[in-house]
Amino acid sequence: MRTLLYFIIGIVFGITMFKSEAASWFRIYEMFQFKSFHMYGIIGSALVFGVLITQAIKKFKIKSFHGDTIEIADKEKGIKRYLYGGIVFGLGWALAGACPGPIFTLIGAGYAPILVVLVSATLGTFVYGRIKDKLPH
Amino acid sequence: MHQILFKMDWIYDPWPWFIGGPMIALVMLLLMLNGGKFGMSSNLRTICTLCGAGKSTTFFDFDWKSQRWNLVVVFGALVGGFFGAHYLSTDTAVVLNSDVVNQLQGLGIHDAGKSYMPERFFENIVWTDWKSLSLLVVGGFMVGFGARYAGGCTSGHAISGLSNLQLPSLIAVIGFFIGGLLMNHFILPYLL
Repeated sequence: MRTLLYFIIGIVFGITMFKSEAASWFRIYEMFQFKSFHMYGIIGSALVFGVLITQAIKKFKIKSFHGDTIEIADKEKGIKRYLYGGIVFGLGWALAGACPGPIFTLIGAGYAPILVVLVSATLGTFVYGRIKDKLPH
Repeated sequence: MHQILFKMDWIYDPWPWFIGGPMIALVMLLLMLNGGKFGMSSNLRTICTLCGAGKSTTFFDFDWKSQRWNLVVVFGALVGGFFGAHYLSTDTAVVLNSDVVNQLQGLGIHDAGKSYMPERFFENIVWTDWKSLSLLVVGGFMVGFGARYAGGCTSGHAISGLSNLQLPSLIAVIGFFIGGLLMNHFILPYLL
């Protein structure tokens, strides 16, 4: 049941990514050109509701469907890893035009070359895991 | 009312931002209510573990089954992409700002404003175009490397982390934009 629900939520997410055009390379390009409000509207309105939802869950100690308390962990403190990692991610995001969620959505939508992005993103993750102790965090 | 009920063409239209954004928040809420969280890039780490990376690297040495739920979510995202593209859309052309269309056409992306993804990178012609193919490889590599280095991507930091008012996520999102703007304005024009 829990697994089925995850699957359904994933489908809703995939449809949302495709239909809102957040999975479109063009929309990401346009966003970084500051030539359209569309992507900022998506992220901004997701955040308005997201902040309300997250703060309500914490304040009212809302329980999950399965009865356990929802724990929302704080991110580890730090600056370097977030800034440097973020910059590398941003460079890739603006080039490939897809972040990890939409990569999967675009595979389903039938754009075969995105498989190259999936494989190289997995390789990038692997290389990070190999050299992480040598990087500033 | 009659007209709204019987005129269902809107279902095939692209969603405006004020539908897309709240839907993302709803997805995050449902994931949390089901015991999970909203973060897509961790799946790339799990895929590394599934490929056996845990044998050589401690970062990947964890029980992948603890993350199986999130693999189910991205599999759903894939199926959702299939439905979105094939059953919920008639015309997938993304209507872009006209300056952006002109600019991209000037850079050789002739289908700007006429399609969902640029043909030069995302249709089968890339298999014989080494330049496009290598740009996809480099872009994907930086997405995967950067997301794990930063501890999250657009979903984990820009949505989940900022919703939880986390300073590290704000720093990461600022990083996303520094990198994105550098690529978009100063590097991409020379690569296209």
